[in-house]
Amino acid sequence: MSAAVLAQVVPFERPPIDWHAVAPELILLGFGALLTLIDAVYLERGRKFTSALAGIGLLAALVPVVTLAIDGNDRYMFNDAYVVDNFALVMKAMFLLSGYVVVLLSTNYISEGDYWENEYYGMLISSVLGMIVMASARDLITIFVALELLSIPAYLMATWRKRDLKSNEAGLKYYLMGVFASAVMLYGMSLLYGVTGTTILADMGEVLNTGESTSVVSLAIVFVIAGFAFKVSAVPFHTWAPDTYEGAPTPVTAFLAVASKAAGFVALVQLVFVGFWGRGDVYEPLMWVLAAASMTVGNLVALRQTNMVRMMAYSGIASAGYIMAPLAVAGVSGDVADEALRAVVTYLVIYAAMNLGVFAVILGIARKTKSAEISSYAGLFQYAPGLTVVMTVFLMALAGIPPFGGWWAKFVVFRALVNADTTMGYSLAVIAAVNSVIALYYYLSVLRTMWADEAPDGDVTPIRIPASLVGALGLTALATMAFGVYPKLVDTVADVSLLVGAGG
Amino acid sequence: MMLNQFLLLAAALFCIGVYGVLTRRNGVLVLMSVELILNAVNINLVAFGAFQDNVMGDVFAVFVIAVAAAEVGVGLAMVLLMYRNRKSIDFTEVDMLKG
Repeated sequence: MSAAVLAQVVPFERPPIDWHAVAPELILLGFGALLTLIDAVYLERGRKFTSALAGIGLLAALVPVVTLAIDGNDRYMFNDAYVVDNFALVMKAMFLLSGYVVVLLSTNYISEGDYWENEYYGMLISSVLGMIVMASARDLITIFVALELLSIPAYLMATWRKRDLKSNEAGLKYYLMGVFASAVMLYGMSLLYGVTGTTILADMGEVLNTGESTSVVSLAIVFVIAGFAFKVSAVPFHTWAPDTYEGAPTPVTAFLAVASKAAGFVALVQLVFVGFWGRGDVYEPLMWVLAAASMTVGNLVALRQTNMVRMMAYSGIASAGYIMAPLAVAGVSGDVADEALRAVVTYLVIYAAMNLGVFAVILGIARKTKSAEISSYAGLFQYAPGLTVVMTVFLMALAGIPPFGGWWAKFVVFRALVNADTTMGYSLAVIAAVNSVIALYYYLSVLRTMWADEAPDGDVTPIRIPASLVGALGLTALATMAFGVYPKLVDTVADVSLLVGAGG
Repeated sequence: MMLNQFLLLAAALFCIGVYGVLTRRNGVLVLMSVELILNAVNINLVAFGAFQDNVMGDVFAVFVIAVAAAEVGVGLAMVLLMYRNRKSIDFTEVDMLKG
């Protein structure tokens, strides 16, 4: 009996693997495993070089990304479940560089704070690995596994200060909202699989486009988008963000605010452009509501924050609204979809540079003041003119004032919305414009405190900034200025034609 | 093959799970409610897979089971941490961060 069954079994054949295309993932996996091994073998003696090793790993993984970009061919694996196209490469490079800047931010913070250092960098590398897998994932299962691979280490990193109740609370809230959102998202995915009979996004797009519009499809799309709206902290799924950002160690906050949010958008973009493109009637109104609510609520609540990190959390919620806005018009026509995709990529790249920069400054100031209260920034110009100037660059960029990076990001979003030439596009553009003015107010009031007010207690001893933090500040300030003065640069980077497999 | 009975069971489990997550105060019970939702997903996936004679549903279900185990491992660690630091696993007491 068993022999007869065995005779029917087809011998397992390994699907062809393009080793060049998965080289970045493999390199990161190798370094992650190495860091864990060093921890197990050298214990505390390993602390000296783990952060350097993590940085080297992230930069080494960038090398195959560059060679793949030079090669320029789109690569497909596993029945198109894993695709390496221009979009994937741009996002991978962004994730790896943001990861590298986060390592620079973490180096002194983690080693001076009596944290668990070796494990920290192992977790960071796993999370970045999840993100670069996400950039290539064009299949429900791959997207789900990538999402969990990037989230689970992030839950742990948010709780990294084990004995601090605030850090416990930050991690707990993030974890609970995260697992709940991913469970609801999975239920939506199971319905999508049931309706279309496939997990490959490109095939699913075909079936959803030609099939009749049933309420079960709408429900599934709403559930899946809601799951990722949590990840990008869009209103009304944003409640975890301010608490988690405030309680988590600051470098982890920077990581969550930039890389984790971008990963959520990468997944949303892939789902919308490759999977749901035929069902604009469902996702467009949903994106409109999420974008409008995020921009308005984020900016209005940011106005009354007294803590810089909480203010940045609400500013991040508002930015999630700006990034989501082009998706609300993505289904109008092929050209508009193309422009919407470029707007999202442009905004994500510029946002990464300026937001990481703000957190680098917050870390630098906290080395002296041990606080992130905006009132403690008073008189910063008197004793840290350098930090004040770069903070001015980053906050002006976030507010969208030329010539600092952010104006171009906002401009491409407006261009995509207006070129769509629909009521939804115009109305969202008006809401975004009003919100940009509100945002200007709270960024400028921080700057006023830094430049004009007197230092508390007349304490003007200068701040000593470690080299790694200077490196992070230099990199992000340079990128922010370069993108703003010469937007052609980011245009070249974000010149991603429509995703492979996208229809419409 | 009847598909409806499986889908109804899954939908019921999903609703019980969502209700549990939203109303329970005890940390471990919240985690169990999340597990209920994930099991509703698994029933859906396996039922759809069998209905369409397609193996992807079963594969997806195996991935969900494996990842859920890792997720709950982290969750229980957090509940344990909370118990050590506050001697309570009542989630409604976690409210230091506000604003």
